Amino acid sequence: MAVPADLEFFVDPSRCIGCQSCVAACSECDTHRGHSLIQLQYVDRRTSVQTLPVVCMHCDSPTCAEVCPADAIKRTGDGVVQSARKPRCIACSNCVLACPFGVPKMMAELSLMMKCDMCYDRTSAGLKPMCASVCPSGALTFTTRAEIERQRPRSADVNTFRFGGQTITTKVRMMVPREAAPEVLDVLSAMDERPEGAGDALDSVFEAL
Amino acid sequence: MSEAPDVPAAADAVSAAPDGRPAEAQPRWRRDFPIDWPEDELVARRDFTKFLVLTSLAFVAGQAWIVFENLARRARGRPPVVRVASLDEVPEGSALVFDYPKPHDARILVRTGPTTCVAYGEKCTHLSCAVVPEPGAGRLHCPCHNGWFDLATGAPLAGPPRRPLERVLLERRGNDLYATGVEVRG
Repeated sequence: MAVPADLEFFVDPSRCIGCQSCVAACSECDTHRGHSLIQLQYVDRRTSVQTLPVVCMHCDSPTCAEVCPADAIKRTGDGVVQSARKPRCIACSNCVLACPFGVPKMMAELSLMMKCDMCYDRTSAGLKPMCASVCPSGALTFTTRAEIERQRPRSADVNTFRFGGQTITTKVRMMVPREAAPEVLDVLSAMDERPEGAGDALDSVFEAL
Repeated sequence: MSEAPDVPAAADAVSAAPDGRPAEAQPRWRRDFPIDWPEDELVARRDFTKFLVLTSLAFVAGQAWIVFENLARRARGRPPVVRVASLDEVPEGSALVFDYPKPHDARILVRTGPTTCVAYGEKCTHLSCAVVPEPGAGRLHCPCHNGWFDLATGAPLAGPPRRPLERVLLERRGNDLYATGVEVRG
């Protein structure tokens, strides 16, 4: 069985409300029951309530698998990068350090790296991953391209990311505003970007104190 | 907005190498340690060791089971020797029903001559009706479906039964008859 080719995973951080539903649902997945592997990141907690769910982006050339010395991380034919094979993983954390998105988690008590595998037991049967099935705002969506274009005409999707000299294409797609959709998301330059005005407003509050 | 092609769903899709060159241009180690699941045929040492250990354990368990079975068979021992009747209770040409070796294992004892006796299971081998001895004719008759057995051997003679009756081994000690075992045949 494989994930149907017409179903795609879309991540829209601007829709994320930080409700942690995906975090709770993730640990219900039967491929890693009891371990929540999704990470809900606060983008800039001092000035913003913006949150960002981080699922595995399932790179076409997975950096985690490239650096694995034990040959433990495999990518199935449908493009899903699977969690580490338990008999092979030596818990060296190379993948944890190498992944540009920060997805793999080292489970020290299991001596095993675990990562999001897009709920392979569900998606390979045509079901939504756990996180996408519970997300109330559609920040995590698992659907067809036609459906996402019908529902969100003002958004476009990007699946190419640049980290310095490394360019990555992924199976999971990131939603961006259509009118300013870039060809490539340059992640490193975006890290230094500040929301306009937000910092100034808080600075004046701190000065008043 | 991306230019990357859609992710193929075919099972033989190959991960792109970081340098973007085709699979033929990649170094040998990349083919030896493929990232794609379908190309990966390596058996991990741990898998192999686990297979060896579990298989050996299965063999050990099998041997232990054989030893256990032999001991159990020895412990079960021989069938009991039970007194059935004295010869005086069974005049020549008459029969007696008794249970051997357990209370509901009905057997039938027939005295066929001055010194000869035979005993068979009472159940017909066709559909377990009770057979009726006819010592004068030298046969046993099953009335349910008109089956006939030879009184001397228990072999089926006519009718639906195809298998002989169970024979109870008899032993004569003085004037008493003892059952010493059951012979299940064919």
